[in-house]
Amino acid sequence: MSALVSLVAVAALALLAVVAVASDDLRLVFGAVIPGIAFAVFLVGIVARVIRWARAPVPFRIPTTAGQQRSLPWINNSELDNPSGTPGVLGRMLLEVLFFRSLFRNTKVELLTDKEKVNYIGTKYLWAAAMAFHWSMLIVVLRHFRFFVEPIPRFVEIIQAVDGFFQVGVPVIYATSAVLVASLGYLLLRRLVDAKVKYISLPSDYFALYLLLGIALSGILMRHLEKVDIVNVKAAIAGWASFQLVRPEGVGVMYFIHVFLVSVLLVYFPFSKLLHAPGVFLSPTRNLANNNRAKRHVNPWNPPIIGHTYAEWEEEFHDKLVASGYVLDKE
Amino acid sequence: MAEKSPQELIQIDLDPPRRDWRNPSVDFESRRGTWSYPAAAKNIEYMGYANPREWSPTDDDWQLPDNWQQIIHEGFKERLAKYRSLRVFMDTCVRCGACADKCHFFIGSGDPKNMPVLRSELLRSIYRNDFTLAGKLLGGFAGGRKLTKEVLKEWFYYFFQCTECRRCSVYCPYGIDTADVTMMARELMMLVGLNINWICEPVANCQRTGNHLGIQPHTFKDNIEFLCEELEDSHGIKIEPVINKKGAEVLFIIPSADYFADPGTYTFVGYLMLFKQIGLDYTMSAYASEGGNFGLFTSHDTIKKLNYKIYHEAKRLGVKWILGGECGHMWRVMHQYMDTMNGPADFLEVPRSPLTGTVFENARATKMVHICEFTADLIRNKKIKLDKSRNDKYRVTFHDSCNPARALGLFEEPRYILKNVCNHFYEMPENTIREHTFCCAGGAGLGNDENMEMRLRGGLPRGNALKHVRDAHGVNLMSCICAIDRATLPPLAEYWSPGVEISGVHELVANALVMDGEPERTVNLRGEPLKEEKEGTTDV
Repeated sequence: MSALVSLVAVAALALLAVVAVASDDLRLVFGAVIPGIAFAVFLVGIVARVIRWARAPVPFRIPTTAGQQRSLPWINNSELDNPSGTPGVLGRMLLEVLFFRSLFRNTKVELLTDKEKVNYIGTKYLWAAAMAFHWSMLIVVLRHFRFFVEPIPRFVEIIQAVDGFFQVGVPVIYATSAVLVASLGYLLLRRLVDAKVKYISLPSDYFALYLLLGIALSGILMRHLEKVDIVNVKAAIAGWASFQLVRPEGVGVMYFIHVFLVSVLLVYFPFSKLLHAPGVFLSPTRNLANNNRAKRHVNPWNPPIIGHTYAEWEEEFHDKLVASGYVLDKE
Repeated sequence: MAEKSPQELIQIDLDPPRRDWRNPSVDFESRRGTWSYPAAAKNIEYMGYANPREWSPTDDDWQLPDNWQQIIHEGFKERLAKYRSLRVFMDTCVRCGACADKCHFFIGSGDPKNMPVLRSELLRSIYRNDFTLAGKLLGGFAGGRKLTKEVLKEWFYYFFQCTECRRCSVYCPYGIDTADVTMMARELMMLVGLNINWICEPVANCQRTGNHLGIQPHTFKDNIEFLCEELEDSHGIKIEPVINKKGAEVLFIIPSADYFADPGTYTFVGYLMLFKQIGLDYTMSAYASEGGNFGLFTSHDTIKKLNYKIYHEAKRLGVKWILGGECGHMWRVMHQYMDTMNGPADFLEVPRSPLTGTVFENARATKMVHICEFTADLIRNKKIKLDKSRNDKYRVTFHDSCNPARALGLFEEPRYILKNVCNHFYEMPENTIREHTFCCAGGAGLGNDENMEMRLRGGLPRGNALKHVRDAHGVNLMSCICAIDRATLPPLAEYWSPGVEISGVHELVANALVMDGEPERTVNLRGEPLKEEKEGTTDV
């Protein structure tokens, strides 16, 4: 049900873009106005959210330790899974952000009820799909810089060359296009097929996947079937950059679908689970060193709470303390 | 619970049903054995918490305050402003499902709401509805839910079905810590008077007497003296326990269960034997007679309140530093909260072992050392003589307790000690130890008898791993460094892996410890002959 609702929602959005192509005014709105607004919402939204997170204090240092602590000098500590200081934290964060270290640990439980046996089997599919998706997404976004920047930066050309290494098709089919669609497909299929993941999935989980798939597929179709005029596209995009409304000319329906779905994604991003991207940097169980006992951590709002004091305790149990021969502070 | 055999209980279907989880329904009546009794009014009153009353989860009317929704909403808002962890954990989950099968309660029950992701979603759905734009605009599509009485009942059921073990947090790509989420949910429930007695009574006891069990100072002394007398009778070793001594070098803090009941008492005697042998100038305290802190399962304010006595007493007694016994959640508090809450401990000195001269740099600020760190250092520097063969009747494995594992990373110290005090040591399978360790399923205040079915269900992963080494290596003793474990693991082992006993690490240290002028040992601390008669033993 959740999957269907989201599919309909994304299809309706794509259809909206199709309808828009018919009218000159709407071409301007969908080709220039909406993308501009969307980009602004994205930037402001993300910055506002990160500021809101960053402004919330971190009252306690609560790292999740996933390796040996640093204690006695002759015991090897595991700096990357249980950092004792800033270099270790940086390492841990890099592994987490670039290589999804925690997800790499994933296991799958296997319950052999007849043998009364529980097994935990390492499983890397989710990790591999997540890595494939995020890295290819990054490369695809970087590739798009050739539309935004003139002259095309060197690194974009290199990425393009490597990505198109196999030289299949005209224009060249990029490896990341295929990987992007395949990994999204896997992540979607997993949600639909794995009973546990299906159960926990919300409409918004499917929505994000359909949206990304829609963006990827419309982009690929535009490049390989519709074959838009790059010069016109660049002109339109140059318009965004110079805050001028330029109606895109010589581009087809796929272009509008692609640009509109990207706009939806940009607007959706700061208000959804896609916030995991900036969020991972601020997770207090990962970005703090486990040096709690070595270095004092200050809570800015530490409440002035006092427990049961010794004097109160001694007074309450005075007679019993005397009878048991305790030495008292107050005789 | 006794009616279900392990063979029956393990018939678990981990595939969830097809219906939507967002429709809450918990039938407490039919689920007896899987929830804990609510807090008695007297304990709530003593602590000054909200809404003291006698009630039962099976009641239709939970006697909530009229404006309970508003109270929770305000409380939620306040905590979102005070804890970055809560904000980030509410916003970042993508429901990837990596945590789904990591929870011992999910593995043992198949109840889909014990998947950590859904446990957090119980709270997150309300967060979205109340505090996010998407939730306000799109409602259910964005995953929002209104806070109804049914949702609150679900909170009570599932947030008191989490032992705050943090196993799921190890696997989460964003480090979302369900323990932290559970702590927040419990704080919110507390605001409207939903607490459980097995947490609230120890808290009230601890506030009044200094320890969870409510042991008053005269009984504290009697208990300890009794244990020492027993040791003298069985082993001819005389120990004069030191209590409330001003000017001692070290304040020794222990979980109260260690001087109260077997098998913790063996470990307790073990500590004292070690101190006697090395001549440590230590004192225990009848006032700071508890290292554990059930405030951790109640609220951050309560943690601070109950933890107050540790530094307060260290200052009063004028000690130089603090040594802490084997306890799990106590060490989470000492390590991650104590200094921040009740420090700075600038009246103490940086801990230095008087025997070896080792300075415990890792405890430079908090000034509190774990006894496993202390003893490992003694062994490494050859300051104690050990006769491993005295533990030869034991084939030992080690259970990493949740908090020393995932809040400190104390893995090697206890293993180093164990390998030096016994000849037969075997690890359980690698995905069940160290940071992957499984909970005893009785932590975070859930180790009560009325919750026994859930404890045994949640104990399946640990019990099954234990059975594996019992069958493969003849393991007959599981050692651990947690007082709650020592109370909750015996029934778990008896159910899932009969024939395995539970001990602390320092019980085995004391067995092996060669003491000056001691009579020849013939029995271990449990009074059992050191060498098992050949008859009836199997060498696997």
